[in-house]
Amino acid sequence: MSTSAQVVPVAAGVDRRRYWLDREGVLGPLLLLPTVVYIIALVGFPLVLAVLYSVSDATVGDQSLDFVGLRNFRAAIGDGTFRVALRNTVAFTLVSQLIVMLLANLLALVLSADFHGKRLVRFLVMLPWTTPVALGVLGWLWTLDNVYSPIDYAFRQMGLLGPSIGPLRVDNPVSDVVRWLGLGSVFGTGSNVLWLAQPALAQLSVLLVHVWRTLPLATVILLAGLTAIPQDVKDAANVDGAGFFRQLFYIRIPLLLPIMAVAFLYGIVFTFTDMTIPFILTNRGGPVDSTQVLASWAFIKGIEGGSLGEGAAVAIFLFPVMAGVAALMLRLARRTETS
Amino acid sequence: MAAIEARGITKRFDGGGGAAVDGIDLASTDGEFLVLLGPSGCGKTTLLRMIGGLEPPTAGDILIGGRVVTDLPPRARHIAMVFQSYALYPHMTVFNNIAFPLQAAKLPKETQKQKVGWASGILGIDHLLDRKPRQLSGGQRQRVALARALVREPNVFLLDEPLSNLDAQRRASARDELQQFQRRVGTTTLYVTHDQVEAMGMGDRIAVMDQGRIRQVGTPLEIYDDPADTFVATFLGSPPMNLIPDGASGLLFGFRPEHFVPASDATGDDAVRFPFHVHRTEYLGAERLLYGAVGETRTIARFPANADLPIHVGATSEFAVRRRDLKRFDRETGLRRDQIRGIG
Ligand SMILES: Nc1ncnc2c1ncn2[C@@H]1O[C@H](COP(=O)(O)OP(=O)(O)O)[C@@H](O)[C@H]1O
Ligand SMILES: [Mg+2]
Repeated sequence: MSTSAQVVPVAAGVDRRRYWLDREGVLGPLLLLPTVVYIIALVGFPLVLAVLYSVSDATVGDQSLDFVGLRNFRAAIGDGTFRVALRNTVAFTLVSQLIVMLLANLLALVLSADFHGKRLVRFLVMLPWTTPVALGVLGWLWTLDNVYSPIDYAFRQMGLLGPSIGPLRVDNPVSDVVRWLGLGSVFGTGSNVLWLAQPALAQLSVLLVHVWRTLPLATVILLAGLTAIPQDVKDAANVDGAGFFRQLFYIRIPLLLPIMAVAFLYGIVFTFTDMTIPFILTNRGGPVDSTQVLASWAFIKGIEGGSLGEGAAVAIFLFPVMAGVAALMLRLARRTETS
Repeated sequence: MAAIEARGITKRFDGGGGAAVDGIDLASTDGEFLVLLGPSGCGKTTLLRMIGGLEPPTAGDILIGGRVVTDLPPRARHIAMVFQSYALYPHMTVFNNIAFPLQAAKLPKETQKQKVGWASGILGIDHLLDRKPRQLSGGQRQRVALARALVREPNVFLLDEPLSNLDAQRRASARDELQQFQRRVGTTTLYVTHDQVEAMGMGDRIAVMDQGRIRQVGTPLEIYDDPADTFVATFLGSPPMNLIPDGASGLLFGFRPEHFVPASDATGDDAVRFPFHVHRTEYLGAERLLYGAVGETRTIARFPANADLPIHVGATSEFAVRRRDLKRFDRETGLRRDQIRGIG
């Protein structure tokens, strides 16, 4: 009667089922499932739908898909507003992101230095990014208001704006200096600049808000990139006799380039697809569609105008750029993985 | 070329409790290979960085070639530094890495080419000039770092554990090459390491450091044979020096494991005898170690592996140390209490 005969091998029978989650063949697919469902439902399905709509005569009232070939695309391209929107989308994106890259580099450089109140300044720089877009744009809407703009007020007080003669002329020490410099009324003799009422200024305003909005993210990305440069490498450059500018242009910026590309691509995604800024700031792309962009125009055509097919066709024009950006990002990610 | 000197150099980091480097006075001679040896965290790197100008000292002065350079930036000191990580510029070719100090000095392109050719020739890396650092092995990276240090013919080399990233085999040959290389160029070199074998093998002199202070400076022989205190005595040598409390004098007796021999072998009457209880023996190929105790104190004896020993594990036998191999230390301060040759 030995007890050892009754001992059951540990791995056999009941016990094994308790460890089924440890098997990679089970756990892997299980963990991937939510992502796959998410991508199919919220990325894949809408994309397929958009392509289908763009070659059909679907409207908000009649969503039956009757194939009409490239009619929607021809209609879209033939439309003058579409061409303005396309040009604006590209211009806003490129110009704003070039400005952002320049400013973000400067800001990151300053913020990576040691000084008192650095945390507070970093926090303030981040704020525009944490503000919901619509709220932030509302703030700018007031700031650039055609009548009550505080910017206009400041300009008027400095004598940069407003009549130089008559009872409405502002006189104070600052405006005296401004006039002495020959800058009196450079922004016009009217009482307001009318930021959002003139096409060129409205475009400038949209650009400005894009910069304001995407600068924080780019700065933070570049800051992370700067801190990732090994201290030893910076020390070596110091010992090797490189001054500030040599270190900046031969060490820091070249080492920062890959991360700059990431920041640039993110910025492109956010500005290229944005419709909130023209929609709210210039009251749906005004004045007279001069700040219209693809995303807002697709919305106006497809949803508000009810022509789903044409709206989808307009939106499809966003796709090649987004696909290109995505491909570049994946390539960058792979490069950093392998190096 | 020039000598390096530290005068009362001290470094306290913000927020950190004590001093990382605590009032160090140290002077090299011109052309010397001086090794800074100490355990990890004792302040070697901090001292080296202060000499290089990468870290401002809290107090004291640095002199290079007799000139006070304490307030000069690194690039005004004409030093070259090799970092533990080598710190090559990852985006540049080997050629541009080596030429970088020359470009910074705005030398003409032709001169740059010539000097890079010269430095890479000395280090045997002329066939690698078009590669990027990531395409090099550890040993090749180390040579590139050395070539970059050499190329502008600096006053002083500062090296911070340059061999610690190499595998053991490669390290032994690199040690040899590095020392020969220094002899050839004759540049004053301050070499930091925590590895006593490197220190003993390479240094003209060794400065032993602990907790921000220099414990002893001397030739490898002086440091090994005549340690100034119990720290140096136990930090150098493997296994370390035995330290046994002496009831009569209240001192600590110190002796090397290889000087601890059976009493029958210690002829003459100048030997001091100890009863040695052997717990365990260990064969290490070329040598044999006996682990045991004298009284309550753990003690080790070392013999050539082929030595004929009438020793049994578990037994106690009479062992002895010749009087001139016996060092005496203060039990409280750890300092030497008898005559020493190397001076601290
Ligand atoms: N930048 C720093 N800030 C705060 N403490 C530091 C800094 N650098 C080094 N220390 C401290 O100074 C001491 C000496 O460091 P280090 O010189 O790197 O030692 P070693 O090179 O001998 O290993 C350590 O206790 C370390 O924690
Ligand atoms: Mg160190």
